[in-house]
Amino acid sequence: MSGRTVDDLQAIADAIVAEAVPGEQIAASLSRSTETDVRVRNGEVEHFVSAQSQGVGITVIVDGRTGTSSAGSFDEASWREVLAEARENAQYGSVDEFAGLAEPDGVPIVEQKLWDDDLAAFPTEKKIEIAKELERLVLAEDSRLRIDDANYSDGSTEEASATTLGIRSSSRSNSCYATVSVLVDDNGETQTGWAFALGENPAQFDLPAAAKKASERATRLLGAVKPPSRVTTVVLDPMVTSQFLSIIGGTLNGESVSKGRSIFADRIGEQVASPLVTLVDNPTDSRAYYARETDGDGLAARRNVLIENGVLKMFVHDAYSARRMKTKSTGNAGGCVALQLTPGTKTQEELIAGIEDGVLIDSVQGLHSGVNPVSGDFSTGASGLVIRNGKTAEPIREFTIASTLQRMLLDVQEIGADVDWLPMRAAGVSLVITGVTMSGA
Amino acid sequence: MSLIDLSHDFETSVLERVLAKGRSTGAGFSEIFIEDKRAMGAGLDDGKVEAVSNARSSGAGIRVINGETTGFAYTSDLTEKGLMAAAEAAAAAASSGDGGTHTVSLQALTRQQVNNIRIAPTSVPKARKVELLTIANDVARGIDNSIVQVSASYGDSERRILVVNSDGVFATDEQVRTNFRITVVANGDTGMQTGFDSLGYTIGFELFDEESIEELAQRAARQAVTKLKARPAPSGAMPVVIKCGSGGVLFHEACGHGLEADLVARGASVYANRVGEQVASPLVTLVDDGTMTREWGAIGIDDEGHKAQRNVLIENGILTDYMWDHIRSRQEGRAPSGNGRRQSYEHLPMVRMTNTFVMNGTENPDDIVRATEKGVYVAKLGGGSVNTATGDFVFGMTEAYLIENGEITEPLREGNLIGNGPQVLADIDLLGNDFAMGNPGTCGKDGQGVPVGDGQPTLRVKSMTIGGTAA
Repeated sequence: MSGRTVDDLQAIADAIVAEAVPGEQIAASLSRSTETDVRVRNGEVEHFVSAQSQGVGITVIVDGRTGTSSAGSFDEASWREVLAEARENAQYGSVDEFAGLAEPDGVPIVEQKLWDDDLAAFPTEKKIEIAKELERLVLAEDSRLRIDDANYSDGSTEEASATTLGIRSSSRSNSCYATVSVLVDDNGETQTGWAFALGENPAQFDLPAAAKKASERATRLLGAVKPPSRVTTVVLDPMVTSQFLSIIGGTLNGESVSKGRSIFADRIGEQVASPLVTLVDNPTDSRAYYARETDGDGLAARRNVLIENGVLKMFVHDAYSARRMKTKSTGNAGGCVALQLTPGTKTQEELIAGIEDGVLIDSVQGLHSGVNPVSGDFSTGASGLVIRNGKTAEPIREFTIASTLQRMLLDVQEIGADVDWLPMRAAGVSLVITGVTMSGA
Repeated sequence: MSLIDLSHDFETSVLERVLAKGRSTGAGFSEIFIEDKRAMGAGLDDGKVEAVSNARSSGAGIRVINGETTGFAYTSDLTEKGLMAAAEAAAAAASSGDGGTHTVSLQALTRQQVNNIRIAPTSVPKARKVELLTIANDVARGIDNSIVQVSASYGDSERRILVVNSDGVFATDEQVRTNFRITVVANGDTGMQTGFDSLGYTIGFELFDEESIEELAQRAARQAVTKLKARPAPSGAMPVVIKCGSGGVLFHEACGHGLEADLVARGASVYANRVGEQVASPLVTLVDDGTMTREWGAIGIDDEGHKAQRNVLIENGILTDYMWDHIRSRQEGRAPSGNGRRQSYEHLPMVRMTNTFVMNGTENPDDIVRATEKGVYVAKLGGGSVNTATGDFVFGMTEAYLIENGEITEPLREGNLIGNGPQVLADIDLLGNDFAMGNPGTCGKDGQGVPVGDGQPTLRVKSMTIGGTAA
């Protein structure tokens, strides 16, 4: 377990579970968190948020019927009320033969460093100073830049859970980051950029790199035009690949598969992607932003190979979907949180050098509205740079790229070596995909 | 669990002391936002009613504004001690070191109730709510053999808020919302397709006397079945006709966000410094109206205690005003517009839309289609997003058809449409006379979601880029 155990929360979780009557399963989870959020603009603090919150969530399963309830306080009167509500709600669920909490499976937990003492002790004035410093560094990059806002945020969470099947876990975690969003004006045109800095504590932030990235993102789109429509080869920037992989991860979720909503149902053992594609979900890899010890059911997180050399190997499961599909939980209650593609050997520049005619996709917009994971249709707004004769050329914007998720996986032509452990559910890496329709003027 | 009676459970003298504590480090303004909210939900998937759930949250957010700096703290401890501690934290966060005593004296409470609920959702047995799910499931599955999956959800919420500030605002509101959503999956030769529809109003359980769950389920099911025959959407620019009540999100993204005064003040909007100018086709009159009782974005007061208003933003294509919250309106020395909203007591208020819509034009909607030689007819739009600084926005089409020789023909697969706000507003060349409000929405901004409504008559945009794969 990380840090010290959270004794008082664990005691309440245990007390709730102890209320179970014969034939009743109960799972209780409690959390207590703090948050600091500083926003700076023009050298002044625009807002400073400091807050604490807490919560309790209870699931009750009786005779295959499930009910849940939650509240924002966990004094005894409150949790008893929440428990009563969850019990009442359970009466209204359908009988589901697969309903039930996770059985302990003996898979050992891989310890993660989730708590940082230096962050916990970091003084408030310095948090403000970090946001101001980031703002100064950005403005020094390019005289045409304006700051939209510069932010420092951190938070800490203590959690404890218990179930009537004997799963108990508690943890303490904290995290911090700084972000900046910028505007650049040139010849009556405005473009935007953003960047972040991450670390276990603020001393690890690389603020100059973040400032440079924000400036680069904004300025390199200046003068962008709407391109003509055509079918082309795209290079997805690591951030875009990460978003793409998160969607793919969702389609491999056991619940979607068991309920007939996955484009990959019944395709285990088939070639669903280019042989270059090996996709792993590994929350025990400490480099992953969402590295964790246990999943949402309280089972140990573990490494799972989802696609190997393009062949679909498995779906991911929580206790419920595993029971439905007569298999074992893969420790994925809550879905995939640490996806990674096996990298190739080339830098992004080297990948681009091999492309005569294509587009580098810098950012995408509207994935939530343009991608349907059930049909596989993929269509998203994008901006980026034209690739001509192996080099990036003029910027383009206000166009879409479209294909299907199935085709895109098969059309992966190269994977870069530039793995980026982004604060997302998938690590980023440059990805070359052919046969994508670009729709513009 | 019944909600706290906000108007009786907090003594005026306690609120006055907390406000004074908020200003104890020299701040000119302090505010207490108290919220008590409960929500109940139930979902059906794969033929089974899944976890029926309840959630309850209550707490207070204390905001202190000192010059340009806002200090904010929130707490779930609603005792005087808890409120004082939060006020102290907020005051420290916005400290100027000036100190001093500031007294606040509150007048009579303004009591709003956004609507008169006929049937409080809490008075309805949960079994009845669950029954709606099974009705929707059965109806949808009965539409066609190709339907392989149905998921549906029911939700209701009751939110009481009390806002008190050092300017003397002292107001309360009660907001009850009820909604129902259904997603249907159909399977055919070319794979699976989805159909979706939803109902959501700021009313109680009478929603289900006024609207038909059966019709909702039928519409979603037919949408999925129709899309089985869909061909890939075209790529490239062409005229787009958007059916009434399905495309309000176009305006929400194309210009709504850009008319929020906080983004304008930051110079992060293409509509900054353009009041009085022609920013849209003369056909367009755009209104944001929090007073539309019943609609999903309706409020009695905003989350800063100001009464909901009807605000005309664009009139005959000319930009008339932005939307305002406390901070931005104070900076401009003008009245707020009832657009200061927040997701919960844990969040700072921002300028947000309520119900945003385009008023009727004069064209017969059928004539609009007939006047279009080749284009796309969008019967249902999905979500969208916008970069307000550039005006570039996208939104998804979840049900669309080709228009060929003035007739609606084949269904199209899903895709995004992309456009630039000012350009698209200028390119609206036909506006129908069949105004309708659309589906309930949740608008996200800076990590906060709030309920919003939108609406428009059938209209045509001369040219937009369709993000499909077909030539």
